[in-house]
Amino acid sequence: MASAPWWRNRRLLPGLIQALVGLAILVLIAFLVGNLVRNLTAAGLLLSWRWLAMPAGFDVSETLLPFNAELPYWRALLAGLVNTLRVVLLGLVGATALGTVIGTAAFSSNALLRRLARAYVELIRNVPLLLQLLFWYFVVFLSLPNADEAIQLPGLVLAKSGLYLGKTELLNGVWQGSLRLTLEFGALLTGLVIHSAAFIAEVVRGGVASVSGGQWEAARSLGLSHRQTLGRIVLPQALRVIVPGLNSQYISLAKNSSLAVACGYSDLYSVAETTLNQTGRAVEVVLVLLGAYLVIDLVISALMNCLNHRVQIQER
Amino acid sequence: MALRRRLLAALSLFTAATLAGCAGEDGGLQSPKMALIKARGQLVCGVQGTLPGFSSVDSNGRYRGLDVDICRAVAAALLGDPQKVEYRDLTPSERFAALASGEVDLLSRNTTLTLSRDAAGGNGLNFGPVVFYDGQGVMVPKARGITSIHDLRGKPICVETGTTSEMNLADRMRELQLPYTPLKFQTSDQSYAAYLQGRCAAATTDRSQLSAKRTGFPNPEAHVVLADVLSKEPLAPATVNADPLWSDAVRWIVYALMQAEEIGITQANVDAKVAMAKQDPNQADLRRFLGIDGELGRHLGLPVDFAAQAIRAVGNYSEIFERNVGAGSVLKLERGLNRPWSQGGLHYAPPFR
Repeated sequence: MASAPWWRNRRLLPGLIQALVGLAILVLIAFLVGNLVRNLTAAGLLLSWRWLAMPAGFDVSETLLPFNAELPYWRALLAGLVNTLRVVLLGLVGATALGTVIGTAAFSSNALLRRLARAYVELIRNVPLLLQLLFWYFVVFLSLPNADEAIQLPGLVLAKSGLYLGKTELLNGVWQGSLRLTLEFGALLTGLVIHSAAFIAEVVRGGVASVSGGQWEAARSLGLSHRQTLGRIVLPQALRVIVPGLNSQYISLAKNSSLAVACGYSDLYSVAETTLNQTGRAVEVVLVLLGAYLVIDLVISALMNCLNHRVQIQER
Repeated sequence: MALRRRLLAALSLFTAATLAGCAGEDGGLQSPKMALIKARGQLVCGVQGTLPGFSSVDSNGRYRGLDVDICRAVAAALLGDPQKVEYRDLTPSERFAALASGEVDLLSRNTTLTLSRDAAGGNGLNFGPVVFYDGQGVMVPKARGITSIHDLRGKPICVETGTTSEMNLADRMRELQLPYTPLKFQTSDQSYAAYLQGRCAAATTDRSQLSAKRTGFPNPEAHVVLADVLSKEPLAPATVNADPLWSDAVRWIVYALMQAEEIGITQANVDAKVAMAKQDPNQADLRRFLGIDGELGRHLGLPVDFAAQAIRAVGNYSEIFERNVGAGSVLKLERGLNRPWSQGGLHYAPPFR
């Protein structure tokens, strides 16, 4: 046994310090929570969740889950959450596709394409998302013509009352389609996809650039075309660098969807805001909101970490 | 970003509650809010900011309107100067968190007094006297041929989120069994922009607000407010529950403006009335009201001549009404329920004694 005193023990001491700091943090948290409860009690605002089961009394404009004003608040929040997930999922798919195309276009042999891709990224990522959403909704989508003068394309009708996809026909001045999207949803989705694609394009460009030039040359010397080289040689290797970067962009997209309220789409945030104002339960509603976005982001993160694990070089 | 800004307001409330010390020492007649305002030398007043007649910025960059005049009257009564006000523009959903967290001292923002907003178990506000009796209305473009709320079946309707309008609309449409689509926006500007672009068949909010907003439209004549009235909307200034002395002060400053109309004191004659009352010891009511006799102001933590100060700054209620929303304004609203009780209206100031 070494005879060093305990305060010189290099195994004990760091552990002891960590335990003390950890304890201090716990005490601080306990103090803050206790103080919060005491002050909220004094103000008559102690956390209460009974309002969740009370009838909401307001309507939500478009829902995948059936909803009406007689259903309780938790159903309204759930309907909002589903609306958020809907725009986030479609947004992720769209932004990834567009971002990949634009990111790889930066390596095209076509100079015009390269410059267009560059201009796109610089323009989009330097304009605040909120402004872009307001632009898409108020300037572009709300300028669509009324039903009788709707823009008709094969399988797509664009009018002020909505975007109609699939089989479309005009019945008594009202368009019918197999799928109808509202302008609010359309504007939000367009804004999110276009905005996120610019950032994803940069991530993809960085990933492709990280693959050594030798890989391109080797592929070319084997007689592979530019497209084959990109698709079969470079992108699979670039994924290693791309996936961790994508993770942050996906999380940003999910959080940015809360700007939906700017273009009148009833997402979780919009429903929560109405709930907050009607119930006055500010702390509870904000906690629900924080929890929901945290869970969405953690799920995205976990899935992306799985994917990241898969695309890394498997060493034996 | 919107989320961040809104979260901040709610979180600052949360943080304030988390970090606040163990308050509640007996401070006697001392109002913490009034002490803070006096120390700061400025009243922070939460207003709507883009609503002609109630609170909007004129071409000289000055805030004007009925709600603004309430702020000015309170600043004049408390600080002796109606200019000592800092205005904060608030959206409907920001307003209560801004008040609760202490970001604004007074909320004078066309806010409807309701039970749940007043109650400690709800928003926990303290409302002053109603300064404008309103009702919810519906505005439609004339060209659409809509004549009553029943013609709005199945149509999209623009409404601001976080307002009583949103809830009343849901209630009325459910009562009438009319399906509809509510399109909700965070600010009135967004809501009216969508309405003017033709996305909504109608826009709904308080009738005075519809008239006020219509004056700013490119073609006001093309829009009409329907005869249907969806609800009662008594608009009142609000303070937090936690400081009853401050709430009392605001309440009696507003009552003073109404009392002034009832007894015929105006911005123009207030100094003459003060001089006259000083000469005449038989004018007991007037002397008490103007602070020549007694200590009514002191009871509230205000200067004894608070009523005279407020009237000197903004005039009596009638002058405020006519200047901002009545005959002297572009809105040209009728006084209707907003007349004093002695003329068949609802404004009634309790005795100053």
